[in-house]
Amino acid sequence: MAPLLEIKDLRARAGDKEILKGLFLTVNAGEVHAIMGPNGSGKSTLAQVIAGHPAYEITGGEIIYQGEDLAELEPEERAQAGIFLAFQYPVEIPGVTNAYFLRAAYNEIRKARGQEELDPIDFLDLLESKLDLVEWGPEIVQRAVNAGFSGGEKKRNEILQMAILEPKLALLDETDSGLDIDALRIVANGVNALRRPDNAYVVVTHYQRLLNHIVPDFVHVLADGQIVRSGGKELALELEAKGYEWLTGAVEASA
Amino acid sequence: MSDSVETLVNREYKWGFVTDIESDTIPPGLSEDVVRFISEKKGEPAFLLEWRLKAYRSWLKMTEPHWPNVKYPPIDYQSIVYYSAPKTQKPLGSLDEVDPKLLETYTKLGIPLTEQKILSGVAVDAVFDSVSVGTSYKKQLGEMGIIFCSFSEAVREHPELVQRYLGSVVPASDNFFAALNSAVFSDGSFVYVPKGVRCPMDLSTYFRINAQNTGQFERTLIIADEGATVSYLEGCTAPKRDENQLHAAVVELVALEGATIKYSTVQNWYAGDDEGKGGIFNFVTKRGKCAGARSKISWTQVETGSAITWKYPSVILQGDESIGEFYSVAVANGRQQADTGTKMIHIGRGTKSTIVSKGISAGQGQNSYRGLVKIMPRAHGARNYTQCDSMLIGNRCGAHTFPYIDVQNRSAALEHEASTSKIGEDQIFYLKQRGLNTEHAISVVVNGFCKEVFRELPMEFAVEAQKLLGISLEGSVG
Repeated sequence: MAPLLEIKDLRARAGDKEILKGLFLTVNAGEVHAIMGPNGSGKSTLAQVIAGHPAYEITGGEIIYQGEDLAELEPEERAQAGIFLAFQYPVEIPGVTNAYFLRAAYNEIRKARGQEELDPIDFLDLLESKLDLVEWGPEIVQRAVNAGFSGGEKKRNEILQMAILEPKLALLDETDSGLDIDALRIVANGVNALRRPDNAYVVVTHYQRLLNHIVPDFVHVLADGQIVRSGGKELALELEAKGYEWLTGAVEASA
Repeated sequence: MSDSVETLVNREYKWGFVTDIESDTIPPGLSEDVVRFISEKKGEPAFLLEWRLKAYRSWLKMTEPHWPNVKYPPIDYQSIVYYSAPKTQKPLGSLDEVDPKLLETYTKLGIPLTEQKILSGVAVDAVFDSVSVGTSYKKQLGEMGIIFCSFSEAVREHPELVQRYLGSVVPASDNFFAALNSAVFSDGSFVYVPKGVRCPMDLSTYFRINAQNTGQFERTLIIADEGATVSYLEGCTAPKRDENQLHAAVVELVALEGATIKYSTVQNWYAGDDEGKGGIFNFVTKRGKCAGARSKISWTQVETGSAITWKYPSVILQGDESIGEFYSVAVANGRQQADTGTKMIHIGRGTKSTIVSKGISAGQGQNSYRGLVKIMPRAHGARNYTQCDSMLIGNRCGAHTFPYIDVQNRSAALEHEASTSKIGEDQIFYLKQRGLNTEHAISVVVNGFCKEVFRELPMEFAVEAQKLLGISLEGSVG
């Protein structure tokens, strides 16, 4: 079966700064991939580029998703095709309720799939059925999107959105940063509950601790815009023990 | 005094226009005789003619003000036609004859087909019997003693009310445009709600405008007698096809003791083309007087159209413990300019006012909030809360804020909050990543921004306002 996502020799820059410098990655349905690496190595850029953030320009290589090159697709078209990015810094949208926003998003995706839109009443039922997953009460649905939310609440909201939108490919961009232990557990439980044979997760993280909760099939180390080492979940433990220098040093020397 | 006015004043009086009476149109230009002609044509009583003439004479001594933060070419007041019979454009045979761009807008607004026909001037078939709809409302209102009619009709049927209240809030010589309006106003709306009566429905200009096309100098007078309540909707949602037209209306509201008037406007006059050609100059004087104790006047406006919007719906808080409110959304996109806000004049004790202004600037639009909160010496314990938010879309537009505060009583408490935000790339990207396209994303963010104002609008008006906002901001992020 063809891979869900296949990245070949991807090069991308922000302004004049080249960040991704020939990156290869293959993700099959049903898999969880962890992307680790030091600050500034390009982890978040990778997630943003896959989602289509306009600040980045692809200068080489390709991103094949479900057999299609993503380069020509608008961010919303990628979202409608099942790509979801859980943001590191989710934005606030004052005055717009979670229920309204999520229904708008949900219906856009349904429309793209040729399905009927859901009316507010039915959608509210769906939304409330997902609240348990992130251990939230019904009051959350009428709060404005992320407005005045704590860092942890914003991340939980990302997981709630993911639960509603049911992506095929979910990119979690440092979803664990700034989370306390309880919030980390809630977020990880949410992700685990949503894992299915037909979807895949790319989890960008600094720390091994998230991977105790979301157990990856593959761990990749990103350094200076390239994947310098790939392995199983034990690689994360090795990184925890040794740090990144033993891998990144080699890259810098050869560069 | 401008040259054209001077020329006119010194010019020898000409009778030429009289021959045109038959055709119900007079040549362009303004003179005392034009004012007399209008008054006579409408069969007005002597007091009204005198009032118009007084207004005209004071207008002659006034100069067009140029203090607002807007730019426009000089207006030639002698090139305007001040009276022509109601613009009964030749009814079109079917919607096929209507400008397709106009229809596209209607469809986006979700206006039903029959209403589209009415708005575009297509002869309406029997399905929508506007006459009988109007009449049945009128009967129901009449039984409660509520008067809701055109201004001309009010002059004929209720001259005593007109004489008593006309100009009592906006005097004939109040300002240049109000004076002009007072001299030449063609028609408008009149509402009187008697003592203790709660008007059972929102009164809308909609039905009346179907019946007759009011001109560019409308006059609206609404009186809520003691303990009365009324909600009035002014919808200018039909995009006007006229070009560069001066719209100088006057609206006066009078709330007597314990009365409440809620006045909502959704304005979408023609804004001009992309290069800034054409469009309405919307120079309007709107003012309410809380004449009695515990009365309340609330203005809600959504201004998305017009080339230039220049208006300050205001409240004179004369009665003790009276309340004034102003909720506003003003959009300036393309080459639009808006200088709008309010004046809250606290005269009575314990008077309260609330101002919530949301300015949205996009394209090369320039949006100014201008507001005055004035606390007079007798206004013990007066309170004001002002919130003034600006949103910028793109980097070629501008937002400006001119708040004036004049406090003459030490017991007053005033709060002022202001914010400026910009719809950022990150905000739009977030929504796009969730599956919304750019237009939809902007519409969601902007509607959230305007929520505090939209919730003041009657339900169906709020829906319309949201759609309008989306349409008027289309293409604002390139």
